[in-house]
Amino acid sequence: MREPTFYGTPLPGAGREPLSGKLIVVEGTDGVGRSTHTALLRSWLEARGHAVIDTGMTRSVLAGRGIKEAKAGTTLGRLTMQLFYATDFADRLENEMLPALRAGFVVLTDRYIYSAIARAVVRGVDPRWIRAIYGIALVPDLILYLRASRAEELVTRVLSSGRKFDYWESGMDLNLGADFYDSFVAYQTRLLREFDRMSEEYGFRTVDASRTVRRVASDLRRAVARVLDVEAEEEDEEEALTSDPGPRTPDFYNG
Amino acid sequence: MISYGQHHFPGKLFVVEGTDGSGKSTQLALLHQWLKSEGYPVFFSEWNSSPLVKDTTRRAKKRRLFTPTTFSLLHATDFADRTERDIIPPLKAGAVVLADRYIYTAFARDVARGCDRSWVRDLYRFAVRPAVAFFFRAPLDVAIDRIVSGRPALKYYEAGLDMNWADDPEESFKIFQGRILEEYDRMVGEFGLTVIDATRSIERQQREVRRIVMRHLAERSEAA
Repeated sequence: MREPTFYGTPLPGAGREPLSGKLIVVEGTDGVGRSTHTALLRSWLEARGHAVIDTGMTRSVLAGRGIKEAKAGTTLGRLTMQLFYATDFADRLENEMLPALRAGFVVLTDRYIYSAIARAVVRGVDPRWIRAIYGIALVPDLILYLRASRAEELVTRVLSSGRKFDYWESGMDLNLGADFYDSFVAYQTRLLREFDRMSEEYGFRTVDASRTVRRVASDLRRAVARVLDVEAEEEDEEEALTSDPGPRTPDFYNG
Repeated sequence: MISYGQHHFPGKLFVVEGTDGSGKSTQLALLHQWLKSEGYPVFFSEWNSSPLVKDTTRRAKKRRLFTPTTFSLLHATDFADRTERDIIPPLKAGAVVLADRYIYTAFARDVARGCDRSWVRDLYRFAVRPAVAFFFRAPLDVAIDRIVSGRPALKYYEAGLDMNWADDPEESFKIFQGRILEEYDRMVGEFGLTVIDATRSIERQQREVRRIVMRHLAERSEAA
């Protein structure tokens, strides 16, 4: 049980009611395997008897549909997009994540505020502004960062998954390259740089995502187990993770 | 991203603010007509008008999905779209932009609903500072009479019924409007709002508004 801690100004009405659940974040750029690993973690946790809910960007009842419709057009401005995402986030935080955490669920979220911040900052939005808005976010119990070392690696994954290049995932609104490939690489390279910058700031648990699904999954399970105090799988002992302090609140939010 | 007070455009932005029933929209419509007849390129923008956001807002109001925070954020989203689409481009082009309700409406309403004062101000930091922000100030009972008598029924969020201050919509509306008025009064000094006494005749108010607007437009043509 813990009292909720927020990065900045808490939501009105969030209260100090203790949270018996755990908030676990899976972060990383597009194509790095977040959804695969979120799904694997979910079934692993459920098999061990945990009640799990999962959530992710644009899945809110309030704003999910509106964001999808806005992204289908050509008139979505940079600031408007950031605030639409923040609305989606707040709706899920208040109506899904916090109630589930109070009830003792493990909340597994595919992306959290860090993707939103990275996308905003690479679009020239003031980093302090976007962080102030997301000051309403609850500090998670664990932030798993699936790290790809190079954007080219992500292209292969996106293509072999059978998906096509997506306009926004390729940062086509930024005019960074002549075609989808060039733009994707340039955009994702910038995002990777932002994530690396945030890693220290927010206390990410970085997991090298260039390895096999099985090895990555085993690292993730071990990190999650430590947070949940459950028995970790015994496999891959030689890759035991070094201790780390876990998520932290950057100085920014304290003044 | 350029912050409040840091934009420099050839056009001029004038906004009207005030509680519901203060008569601000009437005043803005009269100003609009007059500026057009004087030959100014005028562009009008109103609260809650973003084509990208309005369906979401409508649905959320109907299904009562809002909390104070999401109410605040979705209105900021709508306002961002207005800023990027309807406010900055015409100002760059040298037009006169008139806005019915601006960021001060959000500051008043959202804080009245319990959002943190400085968080809401941060949210709108990208807004262009208006040349003049008129605050049509009407005493609470006058504004409430105008609204309650002119409308069939108060709407859920309009009356602040989401806050559980009172079960009776009219009672709730009064409490809500009282809090909003307190926030407006606090902002007069903070943002240099130009207070117009909304109890006077429509004609007198309009004369004062035109005089102030004219002064700013004269400044502009001298500079050019």
